[in-house]
Amino acid sequence: MAKRIDVSGLTAYYGSHKAIEDISMTVEPRSVTAFIGPSGCGKSTFLRTLNRMHEVTPGGRVEGKVLLDDENLYASSIDPVAVRRTVGMVFQRPNPFPTMSIYDNVAAGLRLNGSYRKSELSEIVEKSLKGANLWNEVKDRLNKPGSGLSGGQQQRLCIARAIAVEPDVLLMDEPCSALDPISTLAIEDLIGELKERFTIVIVTHNMQQAARVSDRTAFFNLAAVGEPGKLIEIDETERIFSNPSVQATEDYISGRFG
Amino acid sequence: MDISTKSDTAPPPPPTVVPLEPGSRRPSVRLGDRIFLGLSRGSGILLLLIMAAIACFLAYRAALVLAKNDGNFLTTFEWEANGDPPVFGIAVLAFGTVVSSVIAMVIAVPVAVGIALFLTHYAPRKLSGPIGYAIDLLAAVPSIVYGLWGVLVLVPHLNGLYGWLDTYFGWTGILDWQGGAPRSLFTVGILLAIMILPIVTNVSREVFRQVPLAHQEAALALGATRWEVIRMSVLPFGRSGIISASMLGLGRALGETMAVATVLSPEFVIRTSLLDPGGGTFAQNIASKFSEATVQGQDALIASGLVLFVITLLVNGAARAIIARRKEYSGANA
Repeated sequence: MAKRIDVSGLTAYYGSHKAIEDISMTVEPRSVTAFIGPSGCGKSTFLRTLNRMHEVTPGGRVEGKVLLDDENLYASSIDPVAVRRTVGMVFQRPNPFPTMSIYDNVAAGLRLNGSYRKSELSEIVEKSLKGANLWNEVKDRLNKPGSGLSGGQQQRLCIARAIAVEPDVLLMDEPCSALDPISTLAIEDLIGELKERFTIVIVTHNMQQAARVSDRTAFFNLAAVGEPGKLIEIDETERIFSNPSVQATEDYISGRFG
Repeated sequence: MDISTKSDTAPPPPPTVVPLEPGSRRPSVRLGDRIFLGLSRGSGILLLLIMAAIACFLAYRAALVLAKNDGNFLTTFEWEANGDPPVFGIAVLAFGTVVSSVIAMVIAVPVAVGIALFLTHYAPRKLSGPIGYAIDLLAAVPSIVYGLWGVLVLVPHLNGLYGWLDTYFGWTGILDWQGGAPRSLFTVGILLAIMILPIVTNVSREVFRQVPLAHQEAALALGATRWEVIRMSVLPFGRSGIISASMLGLGRALGETMAVATVLSPEFVIRTSLLDPGGGTFAQNIASKFSEATVQGQDALIASGLVLFVITLLVNGAARAIIARRKEYSGANA
């Protein structure tokens, strides 16, 4: 079940350092939203506040509200572990569990969430691997270690692992930055398919990628090194790349800085 | 975590290659290189020579006395190696060594892994420093001090535990207590557990520290609790490290001499109950008997030392085999 994300007045800290300040935005269900901006502008930090991974970092804390449909993820009654079960995440570097087989990697999240019959589990694993366009490549070696796959395959394995638990939202933190162009293309095609079922937020350094895969694009920037990152604007991707309303966005898009 | 490492950082400069001198078929070797090569190669060969010499000497001395042994070296429950003909066997020693070490491992490894996990994944940074330091201190205590502490403090305080074990587990036979002084293999095992705790803890802690953050975040992002993160990413990654740490500890337990000799009340028997005094270990037997041994008696002790050496080798080999069997699933592939 894809859900809407509604962020208001969100500020995140690393210890006493303010990493991002006063961010508000809405992400529609079944859409792809891309975050772009220079290094250190806080887009990854912001992404990690959406599934409460930011506070795992020593000193990390957050002020403000993140509503998933109508539920505030930062309400005191909410267990961060439960949040992460409904908001999946794919990381910059593919990180399958090296000690687990391909099958067990995909099943890992399911086994955390409850008990499944073996046939049920196999069905979901197959469906998730198909969903990640990986099934045909690995169906004959499901019990081989996941770390034996190529980088692009590993990243698709991580996507399969994330979607196996049917999250409401899928966060992707530069999922293609460690991959070659062919594997990148495979992931981008996959994102296009996944948005039918999930709300997707993707951080990327590659502006062409943002233009290719996303419906809406958010541009983040920071005034100077050490200053907190801010959301400059968020709009339809087409508009951001053709006729942004803020000069700084246009400067960044056209390569005048960053 | 470091979120600043982006893909757009500049690649490292290519390594500088020293070109061969034109015209020469092989690179010229400088004097410094030649001296260093000779030194390092010489050290390596010297080490092998010393090892071989020790092994030959021990095997030779052992062979002399084994030829004269009137008992069966493997099964005789007696150690009269100074007599003529000598009668001695290692059965009691092998049993005592293995049993006390196994007890030590059973107690120490779970505790050590627990401490290591606490220090790396639960304790606040302010606390983990001092605790780690205290554990290092534990490793710095000389073994004779452990022995004295064992016999003066531990032994007099074990009657309660022995009585409890006897009441609830006496029916097993192996934890049946007749009421003798608790200077048994079991007490030795407890003492050895304390002694090997620091090394097992320290090695495990280093291994757990090296678990890549990426693997732990992978588990976290799936909605794992802290314990589930440990079970899914930390323990599997650290498995071979825990085995290595245990083997280091086991090596120390197998060879521990002074502490065992101080605490154990030795006797050349094998008791079915671990709580009854008596028994012995290889190292303890050598230490206790060496001063009064004739040349022939020394040879017999050397023979027993060789057996300890073989046991240690076997244990290490087994550990390596366990690690190698699951190599492709190990964290080294990550």
